[in-house]
Amino acid sequence: MTKSIGTTGLVLNEPLLWEKGRMGRTGFSLPRTDVPSAAIDDALAGDGPDFPDLSEVDVVRHYTRLSQWNFSVDAGMYPLGSCTMKYNPKTHERQAGLPGFAGAHPLFPETLCQGILELMYDLERHLAEITGMDAVSLQPAAGAQGEFSGMLLIHAYHRRNGNPRSKILVPDTAHGTNPASATLCGYKSVAVKSGAKGILTPERVGELMDEETAGIMLTNPNTLGLFENHVKAIAEIVHDKGGLVYCDGANMNALMGIVDMAAIGIDVLHLNLHKTFSTPHGGGGPGSGPICVRRHLEPFLPVPRIVKTGDAFGLSEDFPESVGKLHAFFGNVGVMIKAYSYILSMGPDHLKKASQLAVLNANYVKERLKGVFHLPFDAPCMHECVFTDKFQAARKVTTLDMVKRLMDYGFHPPTVYFPLVVSGAIMIEPTETESKENLDRFVEAMTAIAGEARENPEVLKSAPTRCKVKRLDEVTAARRPCLIG
Amino acid sequence: MRYLPHTDEEIAEMLQAVEADSLEDLFTQIPEECCCRVRLNLPEALTEWELNAHMDRLAGRTASAGTCKNYMGAGSYEHFIPAVIPHLLSRGEFVTSYTPYQPEMSQGTLQGIYEYQTLTARLLGMEVANASMYDGASALAEALLMACRITRKNRVAVSRTVHPHYRRVAATYFGPTEYTLEEFDFGKDGRSAPNAFSSGKDLAAVAVQSPNFFGCIEDLGAWADAAHAAGALFVAAFTEPLAYGLLKSPGSLGADIACGEGQSLGIPQSFGGPGLGMFASRMEFVRSMPGRLVGKTTDLDGKRGFVLTLSTREQHIRREKATSNICTNNSLCALCAAMYMAVLGNTGFKDLAKLNLDKSAYLRDRLAEKGFSPAFSAPTFNEFTVKADPDFETRRRALMEKGIVAGMPLAPHYPALSNHYVFCVTETKTQDDLDALVSEVTS
Repeated sequence: MTKSIGTTGLVLNEPLLWEKGRMGRTGFSLPRTDVPSAAIDDALAGDGPDFPDLSEVDVVRHYTRLSQWNFSVDAGMYPLGSCTMKYNPKTHERQAGLPGFAGAHPLFPETLCQGILELMYDLERHLAEITGMDAVSLQPAAGAQGEFSGMLLIHAYHRRNGNPRSKILVPDTAHGTNPASATLCGYKSVAVKSGAKGILTPERVGELMDEETAGIMLTNPNTLGLFENHVKAIAEIVHDKGGLVYCDGANMNALMGIVDMAAIGIDVLHLNLHKTFSTPHGGGGPGSGPICVRRHLEPFLPVPRIVKTGDAFGLSEDFPESVGKLHAFFGNVGVMIKAYSYILSMGPDHLKKASQLAVLNANYVKERLKGVFHLPFDAPCMHECVFTDKFQAARKVTTLDMVKRLMDYGFHPPTVYFPLVVSGAIMIEPTETESKENLDRFVEAMTAIAGEARENPEVLKSAPTRCKVKRLDEVTAARRPCLIG
Repeated sequence: MRYLPHTDEEIAEMLQAVEADSLEDLFTQIPEECCCRVRLNLPEALTEWELNAHMDRLAGRTASAGTCKNYMGAGSYEHFIPAVIPHLLSRGEFVTSYTPYQPEMSQGTLQGIYEYQTLTARLLGMEVANASMYDGASALAEALLMACRITRKNRVAVSRTVHPHYRRVAATYFGPTEYTLEEFDFGKDGRSAPNAFSSGKDLAAVAVQSPNFFGCIEDLGAWADAAHAAGALFVAAFTEPLAYGLLKSPGSLGADIACGEGQSLGIPQSFGGPGLGMFASRMEFVRSMPGRLVGKTTDLDGKRGFVLTLSTREQHIRREKATSNICTNNSLCALCAAMYMAVLGNTGFKDLAKLNLDKSAYLRDRLAEKGFSPAFSAPTFNEFTVKADPDFETRRRALMEKGIVAGMPLAPHYPALSNHYVFCVTETKTQDDLDALVSEVTS
């Protein structure tokens, strides 16, 4: 095979922050004291936090070393399924860091904030255009808060119609956040089993849908990477019973410029700007989870909303049916600036091309690995494909063993053991920003691992060997939690 | 397009490998009735240089710390950010990694968040802190829901001195549940009024913010006692964690849950987000906590390492029975806060807190000399409320044109407090700035 990009290298140890430093050091240039000292009541005063005293260079080395223990998109391919780990353009960091944006107070009067309000207003319109929906709120801080917002809108809609209803249909392939968000809104999740082809069937939805059911939360493309071909028929069934269709837009990266979500019957969907719109994941956030709705749900959107009067932009609370506020201010504006920059950099044609290439990359990986790994649903996929460890099970090699070995080859593992409907799932989402030669190397690495599984399974059991640490004892971590030092 | 690496030849080869004739052909499995898009109606693509010019124009039409002397806090605080923080925080290894599901490849994030949890717990005097929530408002909402789960009671009481937006967010979260959220009043001294909440067997939590929305420091110890006497948990909220460089911590005063906004800790104001939801509690409640937790463990060779743990609380395992639906949190902001706490250290954090107190007290006293009397008698940190003459609003609006934001009116949130203004002074203002402000507002 091509020389593996995974190699050994000098990695430096680094203690915990409080294991280094000396009392009396400092890393901070204290601003000048130019006013008299004020007294504080002894009864209120504490001892100050027990933080270590470090010099600036202590801190720089500490975090530089820590950073080198992380794998990242900037370092290599990160094919985590359903996470859309595409390249994060660097110009976005410049834009979000502009002093006018980074230093803006959220409660400045609107007249002083016309620039950022214009940006948010236009971003809403662009997201509406990309999804085909009518109105957008940027307020939800992440995908799960977007789901919760969507559930609140559905709840408010039904309540206005006399009965908020008590149940919601959630397919068995759904992300865990879907049922959790439904619960937060007081809805009981009713699982919908996928059909034999890995997608929902109108028959099954028809059996479950009734007038106590608020609607359905589907994900399209679903987490098997398959387009829900019956989505229109399913939406009709749900609408006929007065229900609404929620779409988890986590996988929108497959469909930009290709599918109009309103036209396929979706009433409300959320987007993950930190997936489809290339804003960085930051090791777990911050994200941004705007919700996009059809006209009939618009009155319920969170407030304040951005409004345009003539050439002036403003914030309005004047939406009496709104579900209220979800964020202390307007959501994760710094993330919105990056997504807006992405849309303007890409334009209509490259956004569509991004979706096409994301789908091409996933199908390419699927075709190249078909036969090497078991493919439970052998159909053309969208932006991701799902394999299993069935072929390797005979040698007692599991998905976990194989993906841990993938680290030694220099790749981040795919999403594993999800979706739950596939035993030992390996869910690969290459994204459009990986070139053919990167995909070829990934395929070579996966193929080599399948070979090792046959010939030398022990190598996989002890993997990874080239990371900072070997496999970690997660059982003890949970049984005897040590959460602070 | 520089983000799309495929050449035409590669696309052709790959299409052949997947037995498709064209890129459009990849979508033929989608029923035709679902594929009805015409070209997206979006602006044509900009070059990097055109984008810079466009964004410079928008940013230039937004007031910021650089163009404006701002004396308003109210949940978003202007503090100096040492250059070392954005420098370290911009490392691609931190910025472009995902939630650390694969610990062997994510030890940087994991140790960094473990350190954040530890420093947060130390700052707040609590036994355990999670890896972050979205912001202070959702952290409070989740804390109140958590209290209902722990106590199996269904009513919470929140002081009206808690940030009005936080109360509204909590109300949104409580809207569709069977729980009720009540508010209780404040006294003449600007602090939550003792015994103003209705006790009763169904009371799950009492929540008070300190320093509160008026800038007043609440007697958290007394509130913890009152909550516990009523059989409820005590939730201590905050919008300005720097205060705990000087003040006794919520945990040392009996808080069961401490939560709030961490934007002050090195995070840019960014028009209100992303900030940092800080969330800490007593250890006995850890299994009811929302959000991610990083724990210490060992690897096969016995070496120290870190993993995400207690995930059986979380949505990806428990689904509809999870303690919260949160998945993506504000991890990079948590890392930023940890860096900030590390740069300042115990000494710097205390000194900076004291400087905020001193500067704020200086302005309060100068304004008082000019007839802007303190509205409340309770002690304050870096925000305080004054009562102004009715004609001050006109003056304040005129000052805005000069790039001075002279406090924030309370009347929109508290109609009874007309002509009351909350001022905020941080280390970013010099004595000259403060003297100039006093002469501007009184001229």
